[in-house]
Amino acid sequence: MKKTAMSLSVLAALALGTASAQTTIKIATISPLSGGQSNLGTQIRNGVQLAVNEYAAQFKKAGFNLQLVPYDDQADPATGTAAARKIAADNQILAVVGTLNSGVAIPASAALAPSNLVMVSPANTANQVTDRGLANMNRIVARDDSQGPAGANFITDTLKAKKAYVLNDKTAYGEGLAAEVEKALKAKGVTISGSEGTEEKSDFSSIVAKIKLTKPDAIYFGGIYNQIGVFIKQLRGAGINTPVVGGDGLDSSELPVIIGKAGANNVYYTTVAAPLEALPAAKTFAASFQKTFNTPAQGFGAFGYDAAKVTLQGILDAARANGGKAPSRKQVLDTIRKGTYKGLLSGEVSFNSVGDRKAATLYVIKLTDGKAALETSLAVKPPKN
Amino acid sequence: MELSVLLPFIVNVIIGGLVLGFVYAIIALGYTMVYGVLQLINFAHSEVFITGAVVGFEVFRILQNSAMNGYLKLLIALVAAMIVSGLLNVLIERLAYRPLRGAPRLVPLITAIGVSLILQDTLRFLEGLQGRFDLTYTLPTGFADKFCSTTSSCAPLGNFLRTIGVDVQLKDVILVIVALVSLGVLNYVVNRTRLGKAIRAVSQDRVTAGLMGIDSNLMISATFLIGGALGGVSGVLFGMKFGTINAYSGFDPGIIAFTAAVLGGIGSIPGAVLGGLLLGVIQNLIGVTNIFGNLLGLANLGTIDASYSKIGPFIVLVLILIFKPTGLLGKSNVEKV
Repeated sequence: MKKTAMSLSVLAALALGTASAQTTIKIATISPLSGGQSNLGTQIRNGVQLAVNEYAAQFKKAGFNLQLVPYDDQADPATGTAAARKIAADNQILAVVGTLNSGVAIPASAALAPSNLVMVSPANTANQVTDRGLANMNRIVARDDSQGPAGANFITDTLKAKKAYVLNDKTAYGEGLAAEVEKALKAKGVTISGSEGTEEKSDFSSIVAKIKLTKPDAIYFGGIYNQIGVFIKQLRGAGINTPVVGGDGLDSSELPVIIGKAGANNVYYTTVAAPLEALPAAKTFAASFQKTFNTPAQGFGAFGYDAAKVTLQGILDAARANGGKAPSRKQVLDTIRKGTYKGLLSGEVSFNSVGDRKAATLYVIKLTDGKAALETSLAVKPPKN
Repeated sequence: MELSVLLPFIVNVIIGGLVLGFVYAIIALGYTMVYGVLQLINFAHSEVFITGAVVGFEVFRILQNSAMNGYLKLLIALVAAMIVSGLLNVLIERLAYRPLRGAPRLVPLITAIGVSLILQDTLRFLEGLQGRFDLTYTLPTGFADKFCSTTSSCAPLGNFLRTIGVDVQLKDVILVIVALVSLGVLNYVVNRTRLGKAIRAVSQDRVTAGLMGIDSNLMISATFLIGGALGGVSGVLFGMKFGTINAYSGFDPGIIAFTAAVLGGIGSIPGAVLGGLLLGVIQNLIGVTNIFGNLLGLANLGTIDASYSKIGPFIVLVLILIFKPTGLLGKSNVEKV
């Protein structure tokens, strides 16, 4: 916000009314603020806080006193649902930003649904989050089922592979992802030189031997970093430098540690949380984040900020449509589902009928000598429109 | 697929299986020796083994910035793991098994499983205190290099492997050498020393050996010490070969090594080694069966992929137990009436 606009709005606020006569409007966050995932959860809360700080003046001008109430879900569905019930009981809360974990978002959004309290998620990718068709659940990140086709497109378009080897870890996540990729690759005429699942965590020598024999141009592995890291290490140890592609299960700083610096090359993964350098508009955001919280912003901080801006803009629009009075929760919910939000870090946001982002982005990260950097970003569309 | 491509592939798979087999073999020795003296299956042995792997990780981690020779680091890791795992095994015997010496067979078995679970979570807790779960070995860089990268300074074996296009890493060679040395030392101790003689006497007949003046409790402790030390060695080798372990990694290799011990004939030392090597190779061959299925156009074979590789050892076990219940090299105990 420009200085002049800022001072104008302050003057306007002083001219129009006093603070005591203002209605309080709150927004809440649900994210892990303690426990193992508190780092990411705190990023989300701080991102939202930054957006609230920026919007406070606009709300004042409109005659509202804006506040943020952060709740801790400890990455636990039961705790998150309890927090959702507390939030639903506070009538001044008009919108919620959360959560980090899909497993928490699903019951929490169900608990908020009866009171028409809208939720905008900065991080949840499970298909189930919006597939239930709840009116109050929206998300600004891509869905899990977009990762498979995106990975396949990357293999054919960017890596130009004609022959691919598909692996999975035999979990619901990894097997589902690998199946999607295989389907998409076959549709594009890529030869699948091998496709198998393995629960093995240490000895991949037979798979490595098969890869050596069939010489694929690319390997897709649906699974989690701790298993795939060991696999890549052995693959590189056997002198095979074929690119390995995976899903967001690889998005961990532990991955290059497990592979070892020498082998952590030619590894790609799709993820929904963009590294900040992938968001051209994030420069000023990152600076003010650093200044306000004294820690560097990460991807989830930026998405928390975006999700908060969607809710705050939605509340303002709903208030305007309501003749300048504080809107009801139902009005906010309907406004957000229908609205289009521009000027966000991750581009324009609008939602389809079930709350999926109409044009979400998946980011492909590449490891080079163990360092992660953005390779490319892919626009993805949800299955429904 | 012509032979020039297929031959190195098969040789690679078999060599990989043998290397893995040596790890199984040394773990299997721990099961077999303890069974020999106590007729007890020490199910905590897989955790004794993974404790060795954790100790090895810690040694390499602590020494990672020192300019020490890589082989010296490895030696320190091996010795430390031997001491810790050996003493741990003695302690387990003293606290958990000795008080149950006269109890029915099932009681020490359940206890062993309990000890195994306690050890798993203890290891996880100790590493968790330092914020670690998956432990990645920081090996000296040379260990991951190709064995025999220059033709000039190659041993005949290395030359042969290179000509048929087989890649072996230096750490695989180290693993096999350490395993062979351990086997040699064990063989010498058991067959050529007074201690070995006493252990063999106790395993044949504990009561009589006691009457002949052998302290059978001491010999049982010695057996646990040797078995545990071997477990520690194999733990370090396992971690070195595969790179990343955690407190729960011991279960799979432990179960397969136990199978190897039964396959070779439980109580028989050469049997354990043979069983381990066999299972390593079988596991790897099962893991690549689908390639042959695709080559020969047999659709059924083509579906047998790496996810089935762990089944192989157990199918072999069942077959062996049907046709030769004592295992490959086991001796049948004829009960005299």
